[in-house]
Amino acid sequence: MSSRTSHVVADRLNGIQENVWVELIELAKEVKPVNLGQGFPDFAAPEFITKALRDALKQPDIFLNQYTRSYGHPRLVNALSKLYSKLLCRELDPLNEILVTIGADEAIYCTIMALVNPGDEVIIIEPFFDIYEPVTKMAGGIPVFVPLRPKKTHGPISSADWVLDPKELASKFTNKTKMIIVNTPNNPLGKVFTRSELEMIAELCKKHNVICVMDEVYEWLVFKGSEHIRMATLPGMWERTLTIGSAGKTFSITGWKIGWLYGPRELTKFPQLLHENCISSCATPLQEAIAVGLEIENEHMGTPESYWRDLVDTLEPKRDRMAKFLTTVGMAPTVPEGGYFMMADVSEIASKIDLDAETGMKDYRFVKWLCRNKKLQGIPISAFYCNEHRNLGENFIRFCFCKEETTLEKAEQIIMDLKNSLL
Amino acid sequence: MSSRTSHVAADRLKGMQESVWVEFIRLAQEVKPVNLGQGFPDFAAPEFVTKALSDAVTGPNVLLNQYTRGFGHLRLVNALSKLYSKLLGRELDPLTEILVTVGAYEALYCTIMALVNPGDEVIIIEPFFDCYEPMTKMAGGIPVFVPLRPKKTHGPISSADWVLDPKEFASKFTNKTKMIIVNTPHNPLGKVFTRSELEMIAELCKKHNVICVMDEVYEWLVFKGSEHIRMATLPGMWERTITVGSAGKTFSVTGWKLGWLYGPHELTRPAQLLHQNCVYTCATPIQEAVAVGFEIEMERMGTPDSYWQDLIETLEPKRDRMAKFLTTVGMAPTVPEGGYFMIADFSEIGSKVNLDSEQGTKDYRFVKWLSRNKKLQGIPPSAFYCNEHKNLGEDYIRFCFFKEETTLEKAEKIIVDLKKSLT
Repeated sequence: MSSRTSHVVADRLNGIQENVWVELIELAKEVKPVNLGQGFPDFAAPEFITKALRDALKQPDIFLNQYTRSYGHPRLVNALSKLYSKLLCRELDPLNEILVTIGADEAIYCTIMALVNPGDEVIIIEPFFDIYEPVTKMAGGIPVFVPLRPKKTHGPISSADWVLDPKELASKFTNKTKMIIVNTPNNPLGKVFTRSELEMIAELCKKHNVICVMDEVYEWLVFKGSEHIRMATLPGMWERTLTIGSAGKTFSITGWKIGWLYGPRELTKFPQLLHENCISSCATPLQEAIAVGLEIENEHMGTPESYWRDLVDTLEPKRDRMAKFLTTVGMAPTVPEGGYFMMADVSEIASKIDLDAETGMKDYRFVKWLCRNKKLQGIPISAFYCNEHRNLGENFIRFCFCKEETTLEKAEQIIMDLKNSLL
Repeated sequence: MSSRTSHVAADRLKGMQESVWVEFIRLAQEVKPVNLGQGFPDFAAPEFVTKALSDAVTGPNVLLNQYTRGFGHLRLVNALSKLYSKLLGRELDPLTEILVTVGAYEALYCTIMALVNPGDEVIIIEPFFDCYEPMTKMAGGIPVFVPLRPKKTHGPISSADWVLDPKEFASKFTNKTKMIIVNTPHNPLGKVFTRSELEMIAELCKKHNVICVMDEVYEWLVFKGSEHIRMATLPGMWERTITVGSAGKTFSVTGWKLGWLYGPHELTRPAQLLHQNCVYTCATPIQEAVAVGFEIEMERMGTPDSYWQDLIETLEPKRDRMAKFLTTVGMAPTVPEGGYFMIADFSEIGSKVNLDSEQGTKDYRFVKWLSRNKKLQGIPPSAFYCNEHKNLGEDYIRFCFFKEETTLEKAEKIIVDLKKSLT
């Protein structure tokens, strides 16, 4: 009888569970609510991209359906290099400084698994996109959390009002800190970190020799008055920064699952190696189509034909509309400077409702109640905090406003009816 | 100054190098040879599948371009369940017993990383598909190698002649053995393990409580006279077997990078959790298209319209043609019972050629010489052996015969000319 590792499952999965959305997805399937939960548009992807895929499949180049280069299809890495070289003001080597991945998810996975050893500390700013924590733990790393906090509690709140406490942030850097993960524009807040906020983080990274992982998937979705600043362009940061992007967010095709990372060769070569031994290569025809999309957008950038310009022009009024109707019903939204999510404080409205029929933390109970009873779906924010800090999120719900007008109208109607029913 | 983990790269990458593919893809790009190296067809993918992808992205269901279910798009897991339930003679639960992955590669990665702990032994049968070893090492596992050996050295050799020595094989199972990886039909040999060979493996797995990972990506490519047998159908094996499949090999679309695994929930669940944290979900439109492909093929299975039937009828004469011209020139091929690779012993011809200008083991040198000087590219099989056993592979070259007739004609001509130049 064997006496090998008695448990079937590897230790690296200790404490890893199915993610928090599963229960809510099940509920949504049952209830079929107006879904402002998961982050993807409910309108068509841009035609120039879907057409590019259709064309790639019809082409005489039959190799577009066969394996391509492991670190990234040449046409795509060249297009990424051209685009980002311009934006970074430095020549980005398409072969050695870029890796194409299965969405930003795999970029994060490869970055963390390739660079974090057991015992290494990884600073994660809360609220955080949920995979940062489990992947850090799988690598044997120790997540160290530091929250953004709203510096005002009344009146209109912008994502700019959510800030780090400089002393608190500085205290998180120790001699075990290997990496920090920064998401800008931020999900779920929509915060667009300012230059001085990034500089504060940069100074600490340089002082403590820490690798900076920048999740910049919403880089094109920045509203009037804000500017997306790339950490990799700050002095002394290129050499210690890996930046992640996403075709899904860039071209509203979240289901294509193609992303990328770029950075100095000294850092990029490790996620490249991990990727090669994990996935091997990403889908060729999808990469080809995205390359075509980037070539087109590269030409249109800054002009009225720009898809990204159009996306921002489409989303900004949706953002404002949602902020307005949430405010009307006594939810206090944080108006985002970027991205397509909005957080709202539901404590006032939740206090008027009997949530006893639901289980879990306050925000979960409210989200489930809202889904079941009013057929409107959001996401509970405590899921974006570590266990110790869940209370920081339990008053909030997240809504996605990257939806058709009809969807937002229905949501607005539900919210109005809810308000009326509580008077 | 930080005193954290002094090396940038995580320890789990120790010893990882660029794979054999990277070197030879580069060589092929430089030399532009007749390429019988990497395993993919050089003719068009079947239209019923590419049309399905085109329809999925441009069709009215806009959600096909957005995120789908993490463990596998419903339409696809349902199709896989329907297909394999029939073939396994058991009801396969589409939600809990199947995981859709980024190619068979990610299926293997998730399986190994989810089940292997540092110190666990993993038995790998040589020659092996090259990723098994680095994946095992990344999980901290200890690869234990056992070679298939040809039981005859003269006369026509079939892949059936390559066998395991039962005593040697049994000796590899220890109380540390967690897993064994078996590839049937086999790459590069083309061996299709017989029922009694699988039973021998099964007995040892049951005796030593070992998980059996079956890489069955070439399951549809079995030539006349052989039968693909699924380990999961053997008595007592369902509960300890994970089986891996590949859309790339199934529908000749290796560039789509979609695969799957199936098995009992107790084993698939850890792989599902790992997948969730690695890539989260696979590309929706690709899964939709593969589902459509399966729905169509399931209707035609066993009939003259079957794509898989057509594939075999196309490949078998190519196999025979290649075996013939290799034999004529004094290379001794192993005629495969399945798959689309053929290995051939080139030592006789190799001894007449000056390989001094190239580096590496004998087969690496011959492959490079052949590519550079004769513009014909193969793959060196010593890449499929562990360091200690590389000598077992160094007399061989691997060719892929899944190529257009014109490609095979050109290859034949090069080989025949080579023979002439050496007489």
